[in-house]
Amino acid sequence: MDLLSRYRNVTVLALVIFAQLILLGYQVKSNQDIRLIRVWAVTAVTPIAKVIDTVRGGTVDSLGRYVNLHNLADENNQLGKEVGRLKLENQYLKSELRSADRAVALGAFQARNPSKTLPARVIGLSTSASSRVVFIDRGSLGGVMRGMAVITPDGIVGKVIAAYPTASQVLLLTDPTFAAGVISQKHRVRGTLVGLGQTSKCMVDYIQNEEKVETGEWFYTTGDDGVFPKGLPVGTVASAQPGQQDQLVYLAPSGLQGGLEEVLVILEGVHQPIPEGQAPASAVHLQTPAPDENASPAPGTPALSTEADRMRQRYQRIGEQENHTFGQGLPGSKPPDFNLDPDAAAARARAANTPSATPGVAAKPAGTPASSPTPASARPAAAVSKPAPAGVPAQ
Amino acid sequence: MSRDRDLSDQILIGSARERGVARFRRWGLVAVPLLAILFQVYVPRYYESLRYLELPLLVTVYFALMRRSQIAGIFIGAGIGLVQDSLSPQPIGVFGLDLTLVGYFAASVGMRIDVEHVLIRFVLAFTLFVFHQSFYWALARAFLGQRVLFDLQHTAILGLLNAAVGVALFHFLDKLKE
Repeated sequence: MDLLSRYRNVTVLALVIFAQLILLGYQVKSNQDIRLIRVWAVTAVTPIAKVIDTVRGGTVDSLGRYVNLHNLADENNQLGKEVGRLKLENQYLKSELRSADRAVALGAFQARNPSKTLPARVIGLSTSASSRVVFIDRGSLGGVMRGMAVITPDGIVGKVIAAYPTASQVLLLTDPTFAAGVISQKHRVRGTLVGLGQTSKCMVDYIQNEEKVETGEWFYTTGDDGVFPKGLPVGTVASAQPGQQDQLVYLAPSGLQGGLEEVLVILEGVHQPIPEGQAPASAVHLQTPAPDENASPAPGTPALSTEADRMRQRYQRIGEQENHTFGQGLPGSKPPDFNLDPDAAAARARAANTPSATPGVAAKPAGTPASSPTPASARPAAAVSKPAPAGVPAQ
Repeated sequence: MSRDRDLSDQILIGSARERGVARFRRWGLVAVPLLAILFQVYVPRYYESLRYLELPLLVTVYFALMRRSQIAGIFIGAGIGLVQDSLSPQPIGVFGLDLTLVGYFAASVGMRIDVEHVLIRFVLAFTLFVFHQSFYWALARAFLGQRVLFDLQHTAILGLLNAAVGVALFHFLDKLKE
């Protein structure tokens, strides 16, 4: 007991540190948050920040007016003060106009964006200097939930990492712990967007050195990460250099340019297509498949790709020429003559009808190679550009 | 020899008056840390460079120094640190642990040295800022597995700036003493 009272201070220190270590260890191990403490702190602090933000606007205006009035009282500098007042007023109005423009732009974007969004205002930052986190003035009472995406009309901003009743915490895309799936517009190169802790720069990870990424190229969200809907702009490539394992691709995030005042929280996201970029510079040409000399299907029939298909069609034509229906012949009845050449029989029949026609040529459309089974324009693009894999029917 | 003794007399506590515990108004003990945290949450929105001003740390150092009680320093540090943790995205306890130790060390120093001296305050604020940054870096790497960069030169410069601000802040907070 004497020992404890003698080392009371150190004992208290050890207990407090031990308690916090347990708290920290529990959170790290279970990946769960001590939500109650956060709710208290955020609910205590954010309303004050909100009030300060509102008061700031009024104070700046009042101070401006006070300064102007004070200057007006000075008769010796009447004219100079008047100009100063007008300049201040002009600055204030410009600021108001910019603010109104932003609000209008945000409203217009919200109206044309298919996703259901909620406008919010940034009211504060995180207390940690190493993290990039902001507080917005909408919380769970407004329908905001953890994991929702936060955007501006210019691009993505971040994601909600905690929603409190009156405010939410948003992890910006520049935070080192942020990650999102992205794809380039032009070359459709996929990667993972990660923050670097800097305001003006992000990095796209896991892009191999062989893949092509150009400076100035846009990156969009892929919609794979479960946070951001597909097709939202992320930023343009500031620089791309080959690295040791992967390419070092740095992005200038478009959503954070021009400051961060008003944002939109995506309540219900709708995936959108990624806008088409220019065609890749090094396009690959695939030759049309080599014509099959043996194939001569009737016009309108699909291209035959296997020997079994060709044999089946040959037997069908023999059956048609001999008026035989397969599967209906009784045992002992005469089977069709499978040694007959159906093409020769058809040619003989056509020669009998039109003696002047050239067999096998007049029936084909003009401009079509003699051996081509169907006109190129009638087939799907994929079938034109490359041959169908072996064993897979062309249709 | 005599000059050295004079200097040491100036720095070390030698009288009962200097050993006395500073008393503060109760609202000051609550409002000042709250304002420091609000400052960190709100002001860097408009002045990005002020992000590196660690007012909660400086306030912890001041109150712990002036209370001259290690237990008070521990609880002041833990309280401010936990509130700071609550407003950051990381698990609760990182700043708590950090500021608990800062409060303890500051109070320990305050019991032995004349903390009214400007030079002492400057050196203490600088040293505890560097300790705070190093300990935070170690905790973030060891516990959270984060890749937090630690640049000693950058930290030293920020430490000097924080210490300069700290001396002015401590002078202002002296007015709150009863």
